[in-house]
Amino acid sequence: MKRSMFSVFVLSAVLAFLYVPIILVVAYGFVPNGIAMTFFASDGSFLGFTGKWYGYIFGGHHAVRALLESFWLSLIVAGISTLVSCVLGTTSALALHKWRGRLQSIHHALVYTPLIMPDILIGISLLMLFVACGVECGFWTILIAHVTFCVSYVTMTVLARLADFDDRITEAAYDLGAGPWYAFFHVQLPILLPGIVAGGLLAFTLSIDDVVITSFVNGAGTNTFPTYVSSMTKHSRNLPSVFALSTLMLIFTCVLVGLSKLITGRTQSKRK
Amino acid sequence: MNDNKRTRFPNRAEWLVTAPSFLWLALFFAVPAVIVLAFTFHGHDASGGVGEWSLSTWRELVDPDYPAIVWNTLRISFEVTLWSIVLAVPCAYAIARMSPKWRSIVAGSIMLPFWTSFVVRVFAWKTMLHPDGWLQACYLVFLRVREWLFGWLPAFLQKALVLLGVASSGPVDPATSTILDSEAAVVLVSVYTFLPFAIMPIYTAAEKFDFSLLEAARDLGAKNFYAFRKIFIPGIRQGLVSAVLMVFIPAIGSYVIPQMLGGTDCVLIGNKIFMRAIQNRNIPHASALATLMAVSVLIPIGLSMWWKKRQDSRDRRRLEEQTARLMTSSMEGGVQ
Repeated sequence: MKRSMFSVFVLSAVLAFLYVPIILVVAYGFVPNGIAMTFFASDGSFLGFTGKWYGYIFGGHHAVRALLESFWLSLIVAGISTLVSCVLGTTSALALHKWRGRLQSIHHALVYTPLIMPDILIGISLLMLFVACGVECGFWTILIAHVTFCVSYVTMTVLARLADFDDRITEAAYDLGAGPWYAFFHVQLPILLPGIVAGGLLAFTLSIDDVVITSFVNGAGTNTFPTYVSSMTKHSRNLPSVFALSTLMLIFTCVLVGLSKLITGRTQSKRK
Repeated sequence: MNDNKRTRFPNRAEWLVTAPSFLWLALFFAVPAVIVLAFTFHGHDASGGVGEWSLSTWRELVDPDYPAIVWNTLRISFEVTLWSIVLAVPCAYAIARMSPKWRSIVAGSIMLPFWTSFVVRVFAWKTMLHPDGWLQACYLVFLRVREWLFGWLPAFLQKALVLLGVASSGPVDPATSTILDSEAAVVLVSVYTFLPFAIMPIYTAAEKFDFSLLEAARDLGAKNFYAFRKIFIPGIRQGLVSAVLMVFIPAIGSYVIPQMLGGTDCVLIGNKIFMRAIQNRNIPHASALATLMAVSVLIPIGLSMWWKKRQDSRDRRRLEEQTARLMTSSMEGGVQ
């Protein structure tokens, strides 16, 4: 059982390693000196915590205006690309599930390859497409790029859900006189919905977090939250506001996940 | 339904359902890939555009810079993968041995850091690795130990170690040896970023592993570590392969981490692609580097597929042999 102790020790160390930066993200949101990112004055005395960065964010202070704008852009891009990729991903999964021809094997390769390619290759190749077509990079190119890398993830999630789907249910609907559209919207879609929602959540997180692909196709002046943050040099005076905003996002996600756990837990106990 | 699956020629419904995603991905994934490949066979003009058809781009890739960068990228990705796997295996083992309730809690808490933006986490590291911080002090101790370990070796061996990234090229100077803007920072933060992607597949494989096999091996006299190596590791090999790919591929394509933490000391293919594509606008060079990166990603994927196929056929053959043996023995039993 010696090895077991050793592995538990490694696990604790790894968990500490994973959490130290997160704790610091929260702490850095309260840093009084935004240039040197420190809680201490030059003579070593403790300056204390400050809430002014949170004040800036909630007050829409001009120092954080660009940051907030980039954040809204991220939300809009993530929202739209989630919706589009959910539609494309669902139809794609349905096609891959239902048919097994040559068309579908090409289709499958098209869906699967973006998953195993590094992000940067998707970014550079889309940039090349836009260069070759003479398209000006901006909001629309960002949106296209985000949909492109999100579709595959949604497809895979829905496809996993479809694997458990009993095809006889749709057949029963057909036998009872439902047309293909009616059967899809009233029978298949409600059953697939949890899979689509899970895929959509994945797409949203990937889209809102993406920096690599966006930095290739954003053009000059259009920044999402991640590209804006990465373009802030270490000389930025408002760095703590980034950490404050991230802390707010973290709290928001935790509450959201907690609520969804609570709701699913309640419906499960109801079913029992 | 089943007849549909065997239809050879796609019917109208199939075209209709396939078209949206197929056309989107063909237009925005397959076509761009072809364009990238085509651009590599063009020269570049001074205004940042694409010039005439020529092989000059491929000839220019011999530029002493590029092979060194490709080698560095492969070496660092390998290093990151190795560290991630070494840390992930004991973690996965520990989680898999917990009670189901604790398992889901711990597995969930490994993914939780991902709810903070990736760039922000890298930024937090950048702040932590500041030259005045305590991590810098640890790094200096590490460098001193390394100097002491390898300092006595003959010069040519030291050079080989430097090339492999094991030893540092000169004596340790506290003023210039900062952990920020060094390769060590890139490896550290890459492991931090990719580790959960290594733990998850290994844990999924370990969860299905029958731990009573380990006890059986011990009962038969195997030492703890021997049983772990001979029984547990082969038992989770599928998880290990996907963990290697999950870390190695993004590490090859890594560009944000070296850009923010590597300084001028650590430039990888990803950074060079970005520089060539955005900053000094040499589209053909960027395309050629991207092609090289795609090749270095496809090789491990191809290898793993070949390996899996071989494993499958080996498993099948073993099964066939066992069945044959079983059948012959039962027939012998029948004869007797």
